[in-house]
Amino acid sequence: MDASLIEGPAHDIWVYLSAQPLLWLTLTLVAYALAFAVQRRLHGNPAANPVLIAVALLSIILLLTDTPYASYFGGAQFVHFLLGPATVALAVPLYGQRQRIVAQAGPIFIALVVGSLAAALSASLIAATLGATPPTVASLAPKSVTTPIAMGISERIGGLASLTAVIVIITGILGAVMGSGVLRRLGVRDDASIGFALGLAAHGIGSARALQISEEAGAFAALAMGLGGTFAALTLPWLMPPLQRLLAAQ
Amino acid sequence: MIAALALFLSCQLLGETIARLLSLPVPGPVLGMLFLLAWLVVRGGPQESERRAAGGLLQHLPLLFVPAGTGVLLHLHRLAAEAMPIAVALIGSTVIGLAVAGLTLSRLTRAGRAGKIAAND
Repeated sequence: MDASLIEGPAHDIWVYLSAQPLLWLTLTLVAYALAFAVQRRLHGNPAANPVLIAVALLSIILLLTDTPYASYFGGAQFVHFLLGPATVALAVPLYGQRQRIVAQAGPIFIALVVGSLAAALSASLIAATLGATPPTVASLAPKSVTTPIAMGISERIGGLASLTAVIVIITGILGAVMGSGVLRRLGVRDDASIGFALGLAAHGIGSARALQISEEAGAFAALAMGLGGTFAALTLPWLMPPLQRLLAAQ
Repeated sequence: MIAALALFLSCQLLGETIARLLSLPVPGPVLGMLFLLAWLVVRGGPQESERRAAGGLLQHLPLLFVPAGTGVLLHLHRLAAEAMPIAVALIGSTVIGLAVAGLTLSRLTRAGRAGKIAAND
């Protein structure tokens, strides 16, 4: 019997399904459910980050089946879309902390300025010192802020917007994995400061991690994410060009 | 539930419109978060349905980053070519950013509380 006759129906079904949103949407949810179960099994260990595990699983599937990212995103976009309303919804935990935020406006503003500048400048300086190319250095500078702001900044300072999008996600995962451990070792123990640091250094993924700690940490993370993005958008396009000229002259 | 989702999406829509209209560097959803916050302040807090809808969206926030994160596949070549500087810069700057932001806020708020207690004595 001709082999193509046996493989024929299964192949046809695969061709049909892999071009439909249903398969990739389902696999995205299944990969996340597995990742979430793994983290639960490990008693909420932040190293078993659900974004990291789910992305790794899906990347392996896409590479093995030779599926282009665009076909995958055709299904995954329905999940991706919910990021917008979820960002808006962060206003609810933020509202719960409004009195503390107003009372601590001064310290919050100072932590915003020094924390944002420390993250952006150290990323650019370390990468340039270790020999990264100028477009990569520029793509790294806005790495701590939420994806749409970071991509806009990256373009304005000579970076690659799509590379920045990936760097932002990796930064978020790193922050979520290392955040509470680093801060505990430094003696930072209050949920407000932990949440604020997670939101400022690791945007939405850091905020997602902060929400696992407590609603208070989540609220301060949402605040830091919003403030940090705005601050970076207003300052980095002015601060980076002189720094880039200085690094190029070395 | 539907009314709450409609409220969140309306805030996002208003945010996108104003960001584009005034060419602000802030994304629509972040502005939308500020509009929803303002709305909650005006009305004196979220209703039960809004609290539930927000909880539902935020409970599995990490899931929503999975599609964008899988985009790492598009950049494997550049990431591999400059793996060392990128990895060291990302790990180093993330630790520095976390440490500076966390230490600054915890020290200043502790100093503020201590100052207030001292002033009340």
